[in-house]
Amino acid sequence: MSKKGFSLTSISHKYIMAAAGAFLMLFLVSHLSTNLLLLAGDGGETFDKAVEFLLTNPFIKIMEYVLFAGFIIHILIGVILELHNRRSRPVGYNVPLRSETSAFSRFMIHSGIIIFIFLLIHLYQFFFVKLGFVPKYGGAESTVDFYPMVVHTFQNPVYSIIYIVSFVFLGFHLKHAFQSAFQSFGLNHNKYMPAIKIVGTIYAIVIAVGFSIIPLYFMFLYK
Amino acid sequence: MEFKLKIWRQKNASVKGKFETYTLKDVSPEMSFLQMLDYLNQQIIESGGDPVHFEHDCREGICGSCGIYINGRPHGPLRNTTTCELHMREFKDNTTIVIEPWRSKAFPVIKDLVVDRSAFEKVIHAGGFINANTGSTQEANNIPINKKISDRAFDAAVCIGCGACVAACKNSSAMLFVSAKVSQYALLPQGKVEAKERVENMVKKMDEVGFGFCSNTYACEFDCPKGISVEFIAQMNREFFSAKVCKQKS
Repeated sequence: MSKKGFSLTSISHKYIMAAAGAFLMLFLVSHLSTNLLLLAGDGGETFDKAVEFLLTNPFIKIMEYVLFAGFIIHILIGVILELHNRRSRPVGYNVPLRSETSAFSRFMIHSGIIIFIFLLIHLYQFFFVKLGFVPKYGGAESTVDFYPMVVHTFQNPVYSIIYIVSFVFLGFHLKHAFQSAFQSFGLNHNKYMPAIKIVGTIYAIVIAVGFSIIPLYFMFLYK
Repeated sequence: MEFKLKIWRQKNASVKGKFETYTLKDVSPEMSFLQMLDYLNQQIIESGGDPVHFEHDCREGICGSCGIYINGRPHGPLRNTTTCELHMREFKDNTTIVIEPWRSKAFPVIKDLVVDRSAFEKVIHAGGFINANTGSTQEANNIPINKKISDRAFDAAVCIGCGACVAACKNSSAMLFVSAKVSQYALLPQGKVEAKERVENMVKKMDEVGFGFCSNTYACEFDCPKGISVEFIAQMNREFFSAKVCKQKS
């Protein structure tokens, strides 16, 4: 890193990246568990209660800022890593690298960019409505009446497909991310690593499939 | 056997290089890769040309000097094998072999396939050693070492410093090399004494000399001719963390 001013070593980057990533992975579990209430089939009653709890809980209000910090740090370090790494090989190979590595690990920046674009769309559709930057839609009664907005969004197949495709890439991202976070924290032990990799794969599938069920439900089953 | 060889030719560090193609006939399948290059060079010299420069020394897989990037893989297609121990029987007859030098900002090309690996030396100078008072050797059994630990330290110490990890990494990161060196000392009582300063200094130097950052793709482990595990990178991360966290305020 640069000689002047604040600089972090390569391993510090790893730790921060992994810590922010691990936090975001926990957030996804929490987000998915709330969102699955959309499938309760009660016109959003249970979901609305969960939303109300989240909106009124002071701890969640604080965590919202922590969450934004987590995203910003994770994205920022991801971009710094990518730029630094590109500079580290100014002349490339004629034959591209053929080492057998997981494709998920090689394309983290690419899956990351797709997730980032999705995040912007997602924030625009829901978070910015809450903040009042975007007018409410879908017959919502207030800026935090998310259920009708969700229904409106996912009954448009274009948005549903954008969401599902993004979740697939999110799954790819997580497939590498889960075990990678353990490795970065120095928690690689030959006794446990195979299990960590399996759990990571299951986690990635659960998150990707879990979130994808929601647009599929509103496209095909919701009446 | 007959091969078309597409080889990177570069006069020196300051000029631009380019690929040149040679056709080499009557290659014996028993030839090692380096012998094949010797054979090619003999023909180039006989016709008055400049032979292809490449690094080599022991030719038995322990010196670490023969790093060449062959058909998209450091040290060629075989796993756990250095270029010098790779034989031409591993290649299909009548094919093209693309031969390139290691590519990394920290390893500038000196000539043809020879790169300057002194970045590794600089990292070693920053901490890849132990300080011990000279004097008469003490009784070896005074420091008991668990056999499993000593084996593990040896697994790290087999690193020959060839640079294949850097060459194989999409980020040209030297984490596997540095972690092997950090771990081989950190595991043994003699090295534990200075473990904290060592890992901090070696990581700092590794970053300074221009290697990339690790993103855990594990290409290094796949292409390491000595089969060094990325578990040592995790160990270095732990060592580094404990060094930073436990360091006393000065």
